[in-house]
Amino acid sequence: MTQQSKLLTGQITAAVIFATFQASAALADSAGATFSDGDNFSEKTGQELYANVCQACHMDQGQGAVGAGKYPALAKNENLESGGYPVYVILHGQKGMPPVGSMMSDDQVAAVVNYVRTNFGNDYKDPVTAEDVAGAR
Amino acid sequence: MQPSQYFSGMSRRNLLSLIGLTAGTAAMYQAMTSLGLAVESGYKGPVKLEGDPKGASVLILGAGLAGMTAALELRQAGYKVKILEYNNRSGGRNWTLRGGDTYTELGGATQKCDFDEGLYINPGPWRIPYHHNGLLAYCRRLGVTLEPFQQLNHNAFLHSSKAFGGKPQRVRDIKIDFQGHVSELLAKVAHTGKLEGGVTKEDQEMLVEALRSWGALDKDYAYTKSIANSEFRGFAKDPGGGLGAAPVPSDPIALTDILSSGLWGSLANFALYEFQTTMFQPVGGIDMIGKAFTKEVGDLITYNAKVSKIHQDDKGVTVTYEDVQKPGTMAEEKADWCICTIPLTILSQIEINVGAPMQAAIEAVPYASSVKVGLQFKRRFWEQDELIFGGVSYTDLPITQISYPSTSFNTNGKGVLLGAYTWNGPHSYEFTSMAPEERVKRAVEYGTMIHPQYKDEFENGISMAWHRSPFTLGCAGDWTEEARKEHYDNLCQIDGRIVLAGEHASYIPAWMEGAILSSLDAITRLHQRVVAG
Repeated sequence: MTQQSKLLTGQITAAVIFATFQASAALADSAGATFSDGDNFSEKTGQELYANVCQACHMDQGQGAVGAGKYPALAKNENLESGGYPVYVILHGQKGMPPVGSMMSDDQVAAVVNYVRTNFGNDYKDPVTAEDVAGAR
Repeated sequence: MQPSQYFSGMSRRNLLSLIGLTAGTAAMYQAMTSLGLAVESGYKGPVKLEGDPKGASVLILGAGLAGMTAALELRQAGYKVKILEYNNRSGGRNWTLRGGDTYTELGGATQKCDFDEGLYINPGPWRIPYHHNGLLAYCRRLGVTLEPFQQLNHNAFLHSSKAFGGKPQRVRDIKIDFQGHVSELLAKVAHTGKLEGGVTKEDQEMLVEALRSWGALDKDYAYTKSIANSEFRGFAKDPGGGLGAAPVPSDPIALTDILSSGLWGSLANFALYEFQTTMFQPVGGIDMIGKAFTKEVGDLITYNAKVSKIHQDDKGVTVTYEDVQKPGTMAEEKADWCICTIPLTILSQIEINVGAPMQAAIEAVPYASSVKVGLQFKRRFWEQDELIFGGVSYTDLPITQISYPSTSFNTNGKGVLLGAYTWNGPHSYEFTSMAPEERVKRAVEYGTMIHPQYKDEFENGISMAWHRSPFTLGCAGDWTEEARKEHYDNLCQIDGRIVLAGEHASYIPAWMEGAILSSLDAITRLHQRVVAG
């Protein structure tokens, strides 16, 4: 168990205290940009999650970016062929990429993986499930 | 380890999670580094590199603080030194944005900073704890003028959108009322003799007197509205001069309101070792530090050099790089030794022939996500209207905090606020995902909920999302305890002719001190190896 996930577990006590003002919905606007409420992502759909989390690095069309190093393009990415791979990377991170899945539910991870695997020129028809995600945590 | 004693009864983990929930993950992150690990900076005075390196050459990758510290000391010790730097400037994350500067982030968006003359924002590091001895020593040695950085301002705000009707509360009121109510409760328990554990009768008597003093309690050990109490929490009407000048006491906030507000959670931002007074900042911008180093070693730097390969053999190290101003133009640089300060996000993508343990370490560290937004206003309304001179207001809004300038106090004219500063957590990613101008717009919208003056006084802004930074691909090394156990030593060991340095190779990541201490340690060990032959 990572230190990060330990800390999240440790928040149970605090979460009870703060439950009274933890609204569940994200603050959304017409542009589709959202802000979560709390320490986990509030966005629900794959599209929302992509646009507010993954897009930070992999960019709006999944095109990635290049500087002194690069963010790989997710568009037309053959590494997405096996759904287990992006699930694993989101949950555990990879090299410099943080494990953003630690701030998502199993459903959210599955939703964003399925979104990426069926958009940006990807067309993988076998969706991953929340159970797949739970088993890979 | 000292601070944890003050939190006895609450597990360290719970404390950290509470800090994380209420004060933002930045505080939690800082708390993790200060509670669990060595709290002294470890600076042992000027580095002594004795012995003749006999003309050995060193190639340094990266002209940030780690790289330039190494260059400065190694040249002085007799090495032939060169530096390759990806940016067209030195300093790395030690960097300041001023009017006229432009910045292009990953994804291609370019922002121009429109601040007026003399105003600036530090998009990266911005404050120096008094115990960061290494950095302070270099500031002294290189002539960097410092001024106090206000971290705690009793008159700044603690704000929750879900408490007190969204009305910001003064740090002073929350801090002193919380302290007072807790003192009253504890005094009551002590009076009844119900304190458990090894508290002697004498200690109990002393304790209740201490609580009266510390908690501003009255003669009956109650925390009540009075002139004496207002000497601590401030008055409804301050004492003045002449007729009608008598002070009017103020009303303490009820304990239940403070508790349910969660605002007490932000108080740790003022208590943690790393944030205790005195903190410093360089006069004129944090990049005065990088500029002072550059004055010493700037002649060694080749700019616009994008490293693509680092190869070592028994004769030396060869680094292949591309001139980013002439894409496709490759060049090589050779040296006997290499000090690599390239962030691990990037180094993990570069071909480098180090051993498996170091390679695994290079690939083991995710980088924190962080966003800052600088906002220029027509006037310093926070000072003129609200008597907030420096310091930080904390909020549960996505902007997390607002920091007021710790310089040019009580002047007319414009000012720049740090209008958002996130560290990890959903809001960092959400802000980063937005276009730069959208981040500024949101920072203004949220800030208006704390300072309504934003609406009329805002002029322009600039945002820095560190995961969009072309030269770092993230903010700083985000170690877990497990990753440290497995990989930290392997990251720091000399591998053949290569040694790594930077904040990521320290126990105080994201702090400039971490970069400097890591560099001093790396060059000391490297030098020992060189002179040992």
